[in-house]
Amino acid sequence: MADLLEFRNLKIEATSYPPGEPPRHVVLVDDVSVTVAKGKVLGLIGESGAGKSTIGLSAMAFGRGGVRLTGGQIMLNGRDLRQVDAAGLRAMRGHEVTYVAQSAAAAFNPAWRLMDQVIETCLQHKLMDRKAAETRAVELFRRLGLPNPETFGNRYPHQVSGGQLQRAMTAMALCPKPDLVIFDEPTTALDVTTQIEVLAAIKEAIHDTGVAALYITHDLAVVAQVADDILVLRGGKKVEYGSTDQIIHAPQQPYTKALVSVRSIEHVEKVFPDAVLTVQNVTARYRGTNFDVLKNVTVDVAAGQTLAVVGESGSGKSTLARVITGLLPAAQGRIQFAGRTLSADLAQRSKDDLRELQMIYQMADTAMNPRQTVGTIIGRPLEFYFGLKGEARRKRVQELLEQIEMGAGFIDRYPAELSGGQKQRVCIARALAAKPKVIICDEVTSALDPLVADGILKLLLDLQAREGVAYLFITHDLATVRAIADKIAVMHRGAVVRYGAKTDVLSPPFDDYTDLLLSSVPEMELGWLEGVLAGRRMESAGN
Amino acid sequence: MHPIVKLVVQRIALGLILLWAVSVVIFLGVEMLPGDTAQAILGQSATPVALANLREALGLNEPALTRYFNWLFAALQGDLGVALTNGQDIAKSIGSRFGNTLFLAGCAGVIAVPLAIGLGLIAARYNGRWPDKLISGVTLATISLPEFVAAYFVIFVLTQVFPIFQPVSMVFPGMSFWDKLQAVALPVIVLVMVVLAHMMRMTRAAILNVMQSAYIETAVLKGLTPMQVIWRHALPNAIAPIITVVVINLAYLVVGVVVVEVVFSYNALGQYLVDHVAKRDLPVVQAVGIIFAAVYIGLNILADVIGIVTNPRLRNPK
Repeated sequence: MADLLEFRNLKIEATSYPPGEPPRHVVLVDDVSVTVAKGKVLGLIGESGAGKSTIGLSAMAFGRGGVRLTGGQIMLNGRDLRQVDAAGLRAMRGHEVTYVAQSAAAAFNPAWRLMDQVIETCLQHKLMDRKAAETRAVELFRRLGLPNPETFGNRYPHQVSGGQLQRAMTAMALCPKPDLVIFDEPTTALDVTTQIEVLAAIKEAIHDTGVAALYITHDLAVVAQVADDILVLRGGKKVEYGSTDQIIHAPQQPYTKALVSVRSIEHVEKVFPDAVLTVQNVTARYRGTNFDVLKNVTVDVAAGQTLAVVGESGSGKSTLARVITGLLPAAQGRIQFAGRTLSADLAQRSKDDLRELQMIYQMADTAMNPRQTVGTIIGRPLEFYFGLKGEARRKRVQELLEQIEMGAGFIDRYPAELSGGQKQRVCIARALAAKPKVIICDEVTSALDPLVADGILKLLLDLQAREGVAYLFITHDLATVRAIADKIAVMHRGAVVRYGAKTDVLSPPFDDYTDLLLSSVPEMELGWLEGVLAGRRMESAGN
Repeated sequence: MHPIVKLVVQRIALGLILLWAVSVVIFLGVEMLPGDTAQAILGQSATPVALANLREALGLNEPALTRYFNWLFAALQGDLGVALTNGQDIAKSIGSRFGNTLFLAGCAGVIAVPLAIGLGLIAARYNGRWPDKLISGVTLATISLPEFVAAYFVIFVLTQVFPIFQPVSMVFPGMSFWDKLQAVALPVIVLVMVVLAHMMRMTRAAILNVMQSAYIETAVLKGLTPMQVIWRHALPNAIAPIITVVVINLAYLVVGVVVVEVVFSYNALGQYLVDHVAKRDLPVVQAVGIIFAAVYIGLNILADVIGIVTNPRLRNPK
């Protein structure tokens, strides 16, 4: 079959301008060659910084910021895009190649109705008149399973949900009948139960229209469902290229093998009798509203144990953390901590209450003062709670840095000089510095690449075994739960729908919601998506 | 009620309350000045008896509160009192001059606003390149020039070097519209120079701010030209900050252009105010003050309302 797109020895570079330093030259993509045949789907996979989005956008001869195509060729429909002038590129963009962004919520213009945006390319390139374009858009809305396809386009972006926007963006990309669509992490920002629906809609649309696609993601299980071939990237270089079947079942390179077997942690649940933190019948609402965001929640966790709180966005799991820490005082119910009752309000709690209950956040970046060194950041709780100063403080900071496997050399670094995983480790050390009994971990691995996240989870388990600290681990990721939890609470719409020891919660019989949640997690298997969807159709037909 | 109607009504109500508060402040300000109107009329050498008689006649012996409400209710009915210096009805004197003020401000606004926004869009389109630098440089130079310098410069160039216009902008009742336009040409040019830069720079900054958004990248990847991207996708999301600055400048064109009026002998409200401040004609000062405040507040309400109405989130709630 004829090649639609071919990268030949692609090289992409950028100049970065770190503050106070001379400009730095970086090679983002180095010597990558790959082809996409008509109607085929190529998966680009790698961690952040692997250059996968940069390659994807280069198929439209587009570079973000100061990104430049400096070497090789990009052959699209038989011509080299690097030789095409600006007008030629405009004629290609949105006609031959279209783009689906990671965050459709940000990629739609808030000032225009969806229909006007979806058909804009068709009108811009004079592919069809307005009426024909609208008819096609409605047809695509229907095919992508959007509600009320006839009138869906009359809405503004803020009036529809994230999953619907992602489908609308797919419709927008397919509307001008392109040869190639670039999907740049289209389901990454979605909840797992929404992801499976959008993924199915995208796969069907690709299949029905016969369009070729570049599918970019960091999640191998997701790409295995849609791609014919997979290109594994690391640090801008090609690691391995092969059919999806080969990459999943017979990876050759060590890095690919690590990606395939990323969830390597085997964690056997521990049972402990005495709870250190007990949340009893807690109900909470935000000031000025009469809607309960937490409904009669009861959970507990023992010293040295991990309670995982699982749920989708909006399920109330982070609100639970806010109530336990006192940031949002509970309206009803009681919180028992280390044998005493915690005051609902943060301001009423003693210094020991504060010290023994620490928190780690999802975005390590924003949880640290960028103008303080690692030593100052970790030293702050040492001084505040224990009065450590000078050499004693510095010595303790060094001990903590050893504990998080970073070494004393990091003590004078600034957060900007650390990688994402290192930043999260510093946040862990800061929490540990207070010698807490319970640490609340709020999506601490969600922003990290899988291999890095794995390292963080191992560290957390290690520290737990040594220090006997309890974790309340908030996450939407069920693989993480399997890796770390002793007990699980599944939350849905502010209530705990399933609660118990890990093996009990993860074993059938399931309630409806837990079943939906568990079955929606992509598995690294060919045909998993079809299997799940077929199963669900049969069930709903049976009912 | 539609939330947007509620918001608009709220803004207007707030504006009216603000206007009332301003009327109190103006009244108190005039009240606190040393001496009073009787003293101002009769001068320093007046006898105490004459002063007392005149105060009685003018009602100045009433308590301040009574006088305030008398003035307020009269003003609400269009009666702004009588000028002390020449005994003329203030409302009548203001009427024609206010018309002249609005005519001059209107002409300047009609040219300056589209020009500033257009130049701002072009500057944003060629951000950091020579058209941007040229536009920014020229508009900065014109705003940096004091108004009277700019005025004399324009007079020199357009009446002496190239004798196209008259140096004096006299307008009088009965003039044709075309003649009036010709008469105000020079002050309009000066005013456009003065207000252009502020609006242009805000337009440029607001557009560049929006250009960072992900939906701009979407628009570029749709194959739109840079100007289409700015016009269709950036401008609609930058309206609110631009409108705010436009309105501040329009208000300035109405209330702040006395220097230009004086230079061109243009008979409008600013000159009228300055004349009567010099003569301590307090009722006139009060009246013009409240009119200027009303213009300012009214235009800002307009900006708020446009900002609300052009926001799709407010216009189309979930």
